[in-house]
Amino acid sequence: MTGTAERSVSTAVPGAPAAELVRVHVPKRTVSSELRAIRIVWRRELIRYMSDRLRIVTTLVQPLLFLFVLGSGLQRLSSAGTHGVSLKTFIYPGILCISVMMTAMFSAASIVWDREFGFLREMMVAPVRRSSIVIGKCLGGASVAGLQGVIVIALAPLVGVPYNVVLIGGIFLLQLLLAFAITAFGVMIAVRIKQMQSFMGVMQMVVMPMFFISGALFPAAGLPVWLTILNRLDPLTYAVDPMRKLVFSHLTISPLASKALNPGVTWFGWHVPALLEAAVIVLLGLGMLAIAIWEFSATE
Amino acid sequence: MSVTLSAMPTTSDGSGPAIAVRGLTKTFGEIQAVRGVDFEVALREVFGFLGPNGAGKTTTINMLCTLAKPTSGSASVAGHDIVTERDDVRRNIGLVFQDPTLDGYLTAAQNLRLHAELYGVQSSLVAPRMRQVLEMVGLWGRKDTPVATFSGGMRRRLEIARGLMHSPRVLFLDEPTIGLDPQTRRSIWTYIRELKEREEITIFMTTHYMDEAEWCDRIAIMDHGLIVALDSPETLKAQVGTDRITIRTSDDDAAIAAIAARFGIEARIAEGAITFGVPGGEQFVPRLFAELGIPIEAVSVSRPTLDDVFMSYTGTTIRDAEEDQSKHRNRVMMQMMTGGRR
Repeated sequence: MTGTAERSVSTAVPGAPAAELVRVHVPKRTVSSELRAIRIVWRRELIRYMSDRLRIVTTLVQPLLFLFVLGSGLQRLSSAGTHGVSLKTFIYPGILCISVMMTAMFSAASIVWDREFGFLREMMVAPVRRSSIVIGKCLGGASVAGLQGVIVIALAPLVGVPYNVVLIGGIFLLQLLLAFAITAFGVMIAVRIKQMQSFMGVMQMVVMPMFFISGALFPAAGLPVWLTILNRLDPLTYAVDPMRKLVFSHLTISPLASKALNPGVTWFGWHVPALLEAAVIVLLGLGMLAIAIWEFSATE
Repeated sequence: MSVTLSAMPTTSDGSGPAIAVRGLTKTFGEIQAVRGVDFEVALREVFGFLGPNGAGKTTTINMLCTLAKPTSGSASVAGHDIVTERDDVRRNIGLVFQDPTLDGYLTAAQNLRLHAELYGVQSSLVAPRMRQVLEMVGLWGRKDTPVATFSGGMRRRLEIARGLMHSPRVLFLDEPTIGLDPQTRRSIWTYIRELKEREEITIFMTTHYMDEAEWCDRIAIMDHGLIVALDSPETLKAQVGTDRITIRTSDDDAAIAAIAARFGIEARIAEGAITFGVPGGEQFVPRLFAELGIPIEAVSVSRPTLDDVFMSYTGTTIRDAEEDQSKHRNRVMMQMMTGGRR
């Protein structure tokens, strides 16, 4: 294979005159060249996601398992406590969040992957800011996670969540914010880690506790004090809760059920509004992005 | 020191060296990987860094590519200082690393496109330039194939093509042929020579293959972090001083005596033939025939090889040096792993 390719060299450009040489000039760094860098790093994440169908399917397995198997199974135990609302409907926002979270973390892991396979170097020596690479990575990861989220959003009617423009649009935006914040979080960690196994370990250690504590599977009220404290500190709480508020505002259920299942998050007894919760996610995301950029720029 | 460097004309004038290095050092913890090197590389030169693994070649190349900061000393590449004008250096250099740095998920064309975008290559020129560099390395027909399916040689060729995408003034090749089979190695060298003909480019490369160093216009021999010799392969070999002359005669003992008497050269029998060293062997042969007075049945002249050169400067062959250095390298790595806090 190599042999034939090599022989074609001399015939490929037979005696091409020097005038035909395409000479490229690399311009000085400008805002638009940085934007181009961000865009290509972002596009690379999308190309890789699209070409890896297996990953699309495998990252769906866990959320679907939670939603349909756990949701249907536990329903038998909890039907008295859910006041006629399907458990699947109740945990749906949480499952959407974990799905987005897993995908976002996997996207962030690609930094570790790139380092291991050397590709990171190609980006590190390019005449662009390190921040452009990190921003591109985060936007790419967020887009990929967002796309994965869309698949779960498409399943909404199967668990009793109606297709409604405001509802679906709202959920879509919220999961996009979460996707961005988690990717930034993942990149922040990934920049410091040199080996894939270590990253996977850290991921397991972080993702599952965040998921369980967030109230994805239970209402975040009337919990033991220690759990309440952890719950309020868990960033994922502020993604699950507004989504749940949105879903419940579009269900026709009794006020009693709504009160029991959708109590909302409180800070010292004060009900945190959904917009503030979304703002918490955005601020956390931006903060972690800043840290990731700072860390990434400091590496030689 | 840096004053003289910054005062130097840039390569864009077509004058001034492509690379100028002054007293460059790099220390990792206790270990001095590069211990003060000085050299200049002229425009459009193919310059080789020769030495065993661990001699400090890659550390030097990393500093010149702005991937590592020098501990002391200074250097300019394409007229720009490697510390204070890092971005300008990066815009003007192409890199082919020792380890592969391609994205296997992407196709060959996608890898090149990504590179062009990162370097801000003018959009209208991306496609024609891509075609040109891919045709040069014979991969145009494979442009839409994912890189993961490429052989080692194809990947290396693609990396060379990618390093050329943005028409760099200086192309750095760190062990471009390491781990490749002889046939592929030869073809990579054909590309490199062809490249020099076609593009206005200076090539700086490292290698630890002696035979490949022959392809370079000039080579620097590096050993234990220092440059121990620097010149064209021909001159370096000439500096070894002597060509090897082997003759067969009807009376070897008489011939040896005659050689000693007439030319003052001590010859000896090796592998059944008279062997001796003499400067300018080809010029010496006619004199030998004319003045020896003993019939010569066969004669051969062989030039000293770079192995002889390496030997004369370092007192060891490159293979022995490799073994020593690998121990040294393990020590450096241990140091970096235990000493580094990151």
